[in-house]
Amino acid sequence: MATDIAAPGVDTGGTPEPPSEARTRRWWRRSGLPAAAVGAVVGYLIGTYLGTWVGQDNQQVQGMGHNDFAVTLGYLGGTVGWLAGMGALTYPVQKMLGYQPAAEHEHERSLGRYFRYTLDHKVVGVQYLVAMISYFLVGGLFALAVRTELLSPTRHLFPPGKYLEIVGEHGTLMMMMMTSAILGPFGNYFVPLMIGSRRMAFPRLEALSFWLTPAAFLVLLSGLLIGGFPAGWTGYAPLSIQATQGQDAYLVAFGLMAISMIVGGFNIVVTVINYRAPGMTWTRIPLFTWSMLVTGMLMSLAAPVLVLGCYLSLMDRTVQTALFDVEHGGSPYLWENVFWFFGHPEVYILALPGFGIAAELLPVFTRKPAFGYRIVVAGMVGVGLLSFFVWQHHLFVSGINSDMRPVVMLTTEMISIPTGFIFLAAIGTLWRARIRLTVPMLFILGGLFNFLIGGISGVFLSDVPTDAVAHGSFFVMSHFHYTIMGGYMFFFFAGLYYWLPKMTGRMLNKRLGQVHFWTLFVFFNSTFLPLFAIGELGMPRRVFEYADSLQALNMWVSISAYLIGVSMLIFVYNFLKSTVIDPPSPLPANPWGSRGLEWFTSTPPAADNFERIPTVVSGPYEYGTGAGPMAVFRDEDLMQPEGVS
Amino acid sequence: MTSAGAPAERAERTDREHVRRIGLIWLVLCVIAMPLVYFVLGPHLPPGNDSYQAASQQQDNAVLAVIATPVFLFIWVYVGYAVKNWRIPTDTPVDQIEDGPAIRGHRGFQITWIAVTTVAVLGLFVFATVEMAVDYGAGTGSGTSPIWTPAGFSTSVKDSKLLQVQVIGQQWRWTYRFPQYDGVETADLVLPAGQQVQFNVTSLDVIHSFWAVNLGVKADANPGVNNIAFVETKAVGPVDIRCAELCGTYHGAMAQTGQVMTHQDFDTWIRGQVALHQDLIPQLPAYDDFYVPQTDGGYYDPSQDPPPPVDSGLPPASPSPSGSPAPSPSGTDTSSPSPSPTSS
Repeated sequence: MATDIAAPGVDTGGTPEPPSEARTRRWWRRSGLPAAAVGAVVGYLIGTYLGTWVGQDNQQVQGMGHNDFAVTLGYLGGTVGWLAGMGALTYPVQKMLGYQPAAEHEHERSLGRYFRYTLDHKVVGVQYLVAMISYFLVGGLFALAVRTELLSPTRHLFPPGKYLEIVGEHGTLMMMMMTSAILGPFGNYFVPLMIGSRRMAFPRLEALSFWLTPAAFLVLLSGLLIGGFPAGWTGYAPLSIQATQGQDAYLVAFGLMAISMIVGGFNIVVTVINYRAPGMTWTRIPLFTWSMLVTGMLMSLAAPVLVLGCYLSLMDRTVQTALFDVEHGGSPYLWENVFWFFGHPEVYILALPGFGIAAELLPVFTRKPAFGYRIVVAGMVGVGLLSFFVWQHHLFVSGINSDMRPVVMLTTEMISIPTGFIFLAAIGTLWRARIRLTVPMLFILGGLFNFLIGGISGVFLSDVPTDAVAHGSFFVMSHFHYTIMGGYMFFFFAGLYYWLPKMTGRMLNKRLGQVHFWTLFVFFNSTFLPLFAIGELGMPRRVFEYADSLQALNMWVSISAYLIGVSMLIFVYNFLKSTVIDPPSPLPANPWGSRGLEWFTSTPPAADNFERIPTVVSGPYEYGTGAGPMAVFRDEDLMQPEGVS
Repeated sequence: MTSAGAPAERAERTDREHVRRIGLIWLVLCVIAMPLVYFVLGPHLPPGNDSYQAASQQQDNAVLAVIATPVFLFIWVYVGYAVKNWRIPTDTPVDQIEDGPAIRGHRGFQITWIAVTTVAVLGLFVFATVEMAVDYGAGTGSGTSPIWTPAGFSTSVKDSKLLQVQVIGQQWRWTYRFPQYDGVETADLVLPAGQQVQFNVTSLDVIHSFWAVNLGVKADANPGVNNIAFVETKAVGPVDIRCAELCGTYHGAMAQTGQVMTHQDFDTWIRGQVALHQDLIPQLPAYDDFYVPQTDGGYYDPSQDPPPPVDSGLPPASPSPSGSPAPSPSGTDTSSPSPSPTSS
């Protein structure tokens, strides 16, 4: 399948290179995981040494008994060493020094490519997929620990400080790592396939965006080893400045993940704009790709603000800039504003990809055109735009800008109009449809059910008088779990069950998939519905003690949460069994009967996706309209080496 | 738009019949559910009826719940109806599935949908804004200079006719100062019933959030900020107090029970407090909108403490439960103690 020509983006003039010098090095000098581990340790030691040297005479360091310079520089040095060991710096450094870099060989089909800094967007997609599932499961374990502590209002499994560390780890892992849970795996893998491209615009940045995520993940987890961070995933400022060095782990990790988001999102945007096949007009772009485009824009516009926030906070913690310190002229409102200016677009980064999957899959499983294609696109773009104007609804009771609250309330409630378009489209698409309740379709319908509850509970939070009750309580917590876990992650699973046959040539077991869906759906709702009531009845978030009267409800929630864990185990078993343990069974090329362009390639797709660049002749959702296939392959488009075509 | 392929007897139905059936089921359910939500569930919704603000929040909760009901019901009824009527066997081979009708949109439905959601959203916005204006911020922290204020309010503590209660958050407890009663600082919150109260919420260290659950008051306590919230108490009873913003290790333990008493009981209590703390009151920093603890760079340095007064050897007024010394308030404005108008 793989025609033996140059890897995308590597200018080799079309001739296959002989095995390069990089390939003949000893394993520990070769770019890859071993070298990255060594690099991370060496970088960490250098950074720590530098930080100790910088900070040793600092009065603050002596007074506090810990050195934030050393921790921060250690983490940053470790990350640079990790990336250098992976080979992220090889190409740019060689270019900068005027060498002609050795060609990367991306056509190998070995398992090893999944552990390397690779330029193939499909490999990056699979790397992202496995990594995101792992991060999700680790974050889920922290959630179970939280629920175990909350079994009783007075008997404690953890000391209160340790409990807050666990809450913070759970929240940050989920909110930070899961930003790329759909854009990472499915965006990187399928956007080029869906628009008829052979590659992403910036393959090296794409690999960088992935290899930053394990660094961020490990830095964040390592925070537990140095005292954890008490300020939760929101990291509010005076508390975060007061915290011990575990807070540096939070700030560095969130900053790294923000860079990963900027890079990954930007790459998607440029790819969609510039790498579309002939005939792939803006009104033929699949809705999933539209959602990736808008998400990419949100990421590359919002995440820089987070980098700034983390930077400011690290400055306060190390060189004592007092930006958040009232005593010396700072303000605690600064962090709240900077954080939520990123944070609210972020929650749509955690919603739009899910809408994209729902809008993409509904036509396939109803055999009908997407209802109101333009309205759905307008909805996504509208949500993306409005999301930058609503952040102060997180500060309704904070006392800042209280005269402006009606305006923020208006923008916040207005965002439910474009969000509603996704339901409009779903209703229209289901009308007189041929509904097949496959596992992906179950997850779509379940996700819509949950997102409806999440969305409507959001209206209670956007309205100042009702927010007065709900703000900072378990109601908020339940609300965003409904949108993110109940909506976004359900849509993630829908995408996983739907696209895994394309990615691996293997179908996840249908029976186990149904069991996974129904257990997850039932126990998810049984966990989070009572939490609305618990919040309204006066239980604030992140507390380790609560009113006796709420114990019964809390126990119910905790037990349901364990059962979510069981449901996840079923999924993990299914995932491993269907992809690794069972022998592959022959699968039709297009098992769902989709019209989408991604199903025109071989399964799994060849290294350069399309032997010939497709010419798109109709839209992706023309079910029942009598339109022919979405794309044709013409002889004159036979793939030419890069630079010739 | 009808097409072959669906089960025969259902395919008979026209679009209009489907619309009528869905609409009928939805209407019937709405007629049953909406009064139940408003009249049966509504009066039991939090935060209850212990203050005018709480009552209006409860009202608002009920109104939102009633508006949400038909939305939920419509989506549920519709999707349930669609799945029940238009479902085909899941394992139909893909090459044997007939395509559905090629409907790309429906102008009337789309316009109706957008119009209805827009009207609902604008209506909710107007409703909530009016509630906020009528209830003086609806119990929320409204910043240093609120625009919707009860009669008798003044940003100056001396001129304000309302009962002033300063809520001071610190890691990890609440204390309360009553500027109209010699500026006494108490460990418990006691309020008179049927009284317009002005909470001045501030913090000495990190961000807390003062949440008087059944009074419907929530206001962030920010260091260096005076965040004002109004509440008009109704009947006598306990007040559940929580901290609603993560503030460190014992955030979960910043729970307290206050009291709403009759005016007489309140007078007795506050006089008792003033008498009890007679010696302490002069040592407190002068009453101010907020206090900036004088520490050096965020960690406690005992050498920075002001010298203790010579005449009494009493400990500082704000006890620190954590064992580690918390920064004690020492006013920046040490020029003169406040006049402290004692109530008659």
